[in-house]
Amino acid sequence: MKSFALVARATPSRLFAWLSPVIAILLTLAAGAWLFALMGKDPVQGLRVFLLEPLSSVRALSELALKATPLILVGTGLAVCFRANIWNIGAEGQLIAGAIAGGGIALLATRESTRAFVPAILLASALGGAAWAAITAWLRDRFNANEILVSLMLVYVAQLLLAWLVQGPLKDPAGYGFPQSRLFEAAARMPLLIEGTRLNIGFVLALAAVGFIWALLARSVIGFQLRVSGLAPLAARYAGYSGRRVLWFSLLLSGAFAGLAGGLEAAGPIGQLSPTISPGYGFAAIIVAFVGRLHPVGIVLAAFVMALFYIGGELAQSRLGLPSALTGVYQGLLLFFLLACDTLVGHRLQWRSAARAD
Amino acid sequence: MEIITSLVATTMSAGTPLLLAAVGIVVSERSGVVNLGTEGIMLVAAVTGFGIVHLSGQYWLGFVAGALAGALLSMLFAALAIGLLTNQYATGLAVALFGAGLSAFIGQPLQGQTLPARGADGIALLRDLPLAGPALFAQHWLVYFALALTGAVAWFLFRTRGGLVLRAVGEAPESAHALGYPVRRIRFAALAFGGACAGLAGAYLSTVHTPLWSEGMVSGRGWIALALVTFATWRPGRVLLGAYLFGGVTMLQFYLQGQGVDIASQWLAMTPYLATIVVLALISRNPRWIRLNMPASLGKPFSPNG
Repeated sequence: MKSFALVARATPSRLFAWLSPVIAILLTLAAGAWLFALMGKDPVQGLRVFLLEPLSSVRALSELALKATPLILVGTGLAVCFRANIWNIGAEGQLIAGAIAGGGIALLATRESTRAFVPAILLASALGGAAWAAITAWLRDRFNANEILVSLMLVYVAQLLLAWLVQGPLKDPAGYGFPQSRLFEAAARMPLLIEGTRLNIGFVLALAAVGFIWALLARSVIGFQLRVSGLAPLAARYAGYSGRRVLWFSLLLSGAFAGLAGGLEAAGPIGQLSPTISPGYGFAAIIVAFVGRLHPVGIVLAAFVMALFYIGGELAQSRLGLPSALTGVYQGLLLFFLLACDTLVGHRLQWRSAARAD
Repeated sequence: MEIITSLVATTMSAGTPLLLAAVGIVVSERSGVVNLGTEGIMLVAAVTGFGIVHLSGQYWLGFVAGALAGALLSMLFAALAIGLLTNQYATGLAVALFGAGLSAFIGQPLQGQTLPARGADGIALLRDLPLAGPALFAQHWLVYFALALTGAVAWFLFRTRGGLVLRAVGEAPESAHALGYPVRRIRFAALAFGGACAGLAGAYLSTVHTPLWSEGMVSGRGWIALALVTFATWRPGRVLLGAYLFGGVTMLQFYLQGQGVDIASQWLAMTPYLATIVVLALISRNPRWIRLNMPASLGKPFSPNG
């Protein structure tokens, strides 16, 4: 009997490194079409609603870019962490912390305030996110506490903190008892890029962040240290690179990016603080970072695919009467397929006669 | 007195999902594999168990379905992490995210549904004892099952040949392989067991502990169970202690609120998460101690083909 075995490649395949996300996306779409058929919907129509409608007009495209903005920002920050082999999976909490900090500043704006509030909100959000990530960095640095579990626990803490704020101190007294803050004044709202759409300057900031990270990783000393620490920790130590420096730098940077994304959401399309600032952007961005191969340009592309899933899920609900939670299923499937395809980056399939059962 | 008996009783109930999940994680991690997907597995099993009980009216069927769903999702993890040698952390995360999405998707029509009434829980005669009866013996049978399972796992790991082999696979897979043990099959089996335990934990949560389904209702218990296993240095007895301790922390907030303590509910709800962080920091301070107790090959993929 013949069976296949995985044999390690001498060097990772560059071809498969770039092909694998494409195959994974195609497989996700195939599985998605099958899922539509399973639920008694026409798969072709389902995919059209999911994939083409979000691209059909300028307005639809602007919504896509709006959804992609937080994913690009958080995904780029996470890529820096993951490259350094630091598993920050609590970006969702850092995003919420940023929204709280930025939203807190935005609530100070009055009707007479000027646009000077916008940079202040952006700065506060970035600092808020970085401060939240600093807890994880400090506990890892000082106590060696596992960053996966700490950053994740802090997501729940941040969610509860936000829920308390909007039901307590920041609750809108004229809000009919709804758990949300009052609407931000015009001066504290992000300037729009295209009038008549909701797309704001956040998109430009996200692209600037991508350029910055690209230059950082490719050209700077800390970028080099990051990559070496991730790929060859022993070599990094031998070269005298400070693991602590890499740890703090990558966590603070990704925290700041996630926080910025949170502030942009609060002072952008949402316009107030509410208990649900993010539909899981911080978690989806983990998938974005992997699908984008931890490369800034790849992340932009992956973020648009993920944004498509978000909007597609909403459309599937309104047009086809399917649960919008479909988005989460698609996201999970995409990561599964990506991981499976990635096996072929480091291994090749070899058919051989079955020797032993193991 | 009444407060203490009911605090003990609710602590056992709240600790049981943590205990079930953590005991499963002990077995799978002892075989050298770390599956971060517990949260997602518990969610899928919770919605499956709830749905089956809702449809069939049979609680035991819901538990079986939950355990099966958990084992199945864990096998998917195993197929990738063991079969295709994918990164265990990333694959576990994929399970966690996929489980969250899938459970929300399946569960949308189940929101707000109720379950049929159950007969009286607990052990006949013993539950009528004063004080000890309502505190200890009036629980759902899964609470006692979880205790028995913890004992059985401890016995298996440290008193049987099979347990020795499992631990050998986790400590030194190459040597176990050289001795002729099917390393990957053993890990598959350990993961299936771990998934079934997490599944049972999820089904208990959604049908007995809080009999309703709401999106994301596991609210971090899967991750706390993972942390518990580290606190307990991969020992079932200590896992039991930790699970009940955390169960107590979860329930304490309701008592404080009931006593009219003037703290916002959200701050009280943070305590299990903050407690996890604090204990994690304290316990991790000595990396050598952790490394001494941790299965040596934990998280490292093993391929017989090199």
